[in-house]
Amino acid sequence: MKIDILVPEFEPVPGAVIAWRAEVDAATWRLSAHQVWEHGGRLIALWAADTGRSPSVHLALVFAGRLLWLSLPVKGPEPEYPDLSDLFPAAARMQRAVFDLVGIRARGDLVDKRRWLRHGAWPVSEFPLRRGFDAGRRFDPVADDYAFVRVAGDGVHEIAVGPVHAGAIEPGHFRFSVVGERVLRLEERLGYAHKGIEKRFETLGVHDGYRLAGRVSGDSTVAYAWAYSMAAEAAAGLTPPPRALWLRALWLERERIANHLGDLGHIGNDAGLGFALAQFSRLKEDWLRSNQYAFGHRYLMDRVLPGGAAVDLADDAMMRMRDDIVRVRGEIARLRVIFDEHPGLQDRLVGTGRVTRELGERLGMTGLAARASGMPLDLRSSFPCAPYDALQPRMVVHEGGDVAARTALRFDEVIESLQCCGRILDGMPEGNIATLYPTPEEGAVGIGWVEGWRGDILIALETGSNGALRRVHPHDPSWRNWPVLEHAIIGNIVPDFPLINKSFNLSYSGQDL
Amino acid sequence: MYRILRQIARTGIVSETPPRPDEAYRLLSARLRAEVLRSFAGALSIRHVDAGSCNGCELEIHATSNPVYNLEGLGIRFVASPRHADMLLVTGPVSRNMETALRRTYDATPAPRLVVAIGDCGCTGGIFGESYASAGRVSKVIPVDVAVPGCPPTPVQIIQGILTAIEVRAAS
Repeated sequence: MKIDILVPEFEPVPGAVIAWRAEVDAATWRLSAHQVWEHGGRLIALWAADTGRSPSVHLALVFAGRLLWLSLPVKGPEPEYPDLSDLFPAAARMQRAVFDLVGIRARGDLVDKRRWLRHGAWPVSEFPLRRGFDAGRRFDPVADDYAFVRVAGDGVHEIAVGPVHAGAIEPGHFRFSVVGERVLRLEERLGYAHKGIEKRFETLGVHDGYRLAGRVSGDSTVAYAWAYSMAAEAAAGLTPPPRALWLRALWLERERIANHLGDLGHIGNDAGLGFALAQFSRLKEDWLRSNQYAFGHRYLMDRVLPGGAAVDLADDAMMRMRDDIVRVRGEIARLRVIFDEHPGLQDRLVGTGRVTRELGERLGMTGLAARASGMPLDLRSSFPCAPYDALQPRMVVHEGGDVAARTALRFDEVIESLQCCGRILDGMPEGNIATLYPTPEEGAVGIGWVEGWRGDILIALETGSNGALRRVHPHDPSWRNWPVLEHAIIGNIVPDFPLINKSFNLSYSGQDL
Repeated sequence: MYRILRQIARTGIVSETPPRPDEAYRLLSARLRAEVLRSFAGALSIRHVDAGSCNGCELEIHATSNPVYNLEGLGIRFVASPRHADMLLVTGPVSRNMETALRRTYDATPAPRLVVAIGDCGCTGGIFGESYASAGRVSKVIPVDVAVPGCPPTPVQIIQGILTAIEVRAAS
């Protein structure tokens, strides 16, 4: 099928989210991306695979209300494909990761040839996601000198932070170029948490990959497990029972609320209001205990699996879920007044780390950070799959683009998600919670795409023989938002970085894979 | 200010009784002299190192500081530098990209120092195992006193692990 002005013939990839797939040549790859960019489309993910016949690069785009999946097979001893980072800046790091892992280089005048996920753990001549690569191999560490961009000028100096940080957070390196306290430039270096997740998937079966998917970024375990299950179900042509889908939505919203509660406390704390951390971490603790009580796990790990859901909602747990909603709604209302009326807190939040809508769109920002900059992006509204087509949650958008907007957005989304949880409890269909997951055919593909609390999580998978996984690419929204953080800090002072960073709260593990 | 005070009064004290140490978590015994442990036990400083975790364990480490578990109430606090730390709390399978940083953090921690590995990954490599990118369990890279399994372990289990490492009676 033709899609709008685009050249390729697209075939539908069936599933809960219909993706339109086309195999293209290098010229069409570049032309299609250019047309999508020119008409306001967005890049979601770029990855590569070596599934046997020949290596290929893959691109997920959103255009004309559809999810498009372009695949470009490449050949030769030094395979290449056209660079897209001039159109979609977020593609730059994805392209660097593609070379580090599969050895396919983007070709273009402006291509950043520095490595990204490869530090010193394996040599430049080895590509872990190539077919013949032995996952168990261990290499002697190679020198890890990395060319940061230097800022020259009177009084400019550098502050290097990480990978081991001052707080209990994930590993990454930040290189600030500053004059006095003001930040001229921030350069991130990530990849420290790279632990070979994609290679690991290749050793698993389709039916049990959900556990690993649920640990790509632990704070988004429900969203990842759902996206994985959605892709696996698409590959097998299976639709889970309605009750399972409603349970998944309940867990996804509970995960969103838990993370927002935690972030609201930490944002307050990073601005000097310890009271906020005490209050919100208490609310979050109660919330997690309800998860444990009702579903047997505080973070709901391994509750979503291909075919359906692992646990059901009992009647007494239903009562507790309803009590949670009433209680948290009341507490949130009181705490919000305190936040809004606290001049010292507002002074730290308003105008700090601002990202305009124009900048956000240029850089391809996504998720809650995008919505706080006036970008109406939320899969639950724009690509609603069951049960969100029935739940119809209201999309919350704020215009400010600063830490204050990202804080207000979280308050609003907690209220909206509480309402959503109420509608789920009211409308929960009866019936089974799982269907037996069959062994999918060899070479089947599937896409999963779920709006996690941080943003949209995409998982693309291809099956091997006898129900094995041939290739899984989990894609975190942090890929697109980390580069935005480098811009958000410009002109702010160094002590505001922890606050700005927390207001985005991006995943290291999800990006490092 | 009035609203803040009223909310504090409304909330009251929610802290629960802290758990007891659990000897099942101990890997190395009596590495430190009893009198050293006794002085640790009064006020322990911890440096957390994420050596490659999925961030699940970090959520539960954060939770140990919430008012319900109130780790600081026991005189135990998290510090910003290994130079200030008595103990390293290490999560994750150790990614090969973090191996050097973890060793350096260990070396920067003044002796005598304790190491507690947190989570299934810290204990065994967990679901990520050992590979070209993962060195596996924490004890493959630095000596570990106490290892707390779980995916992620609960805040109570994490506190038990910390208390086990500084338990005086076991060493004396």
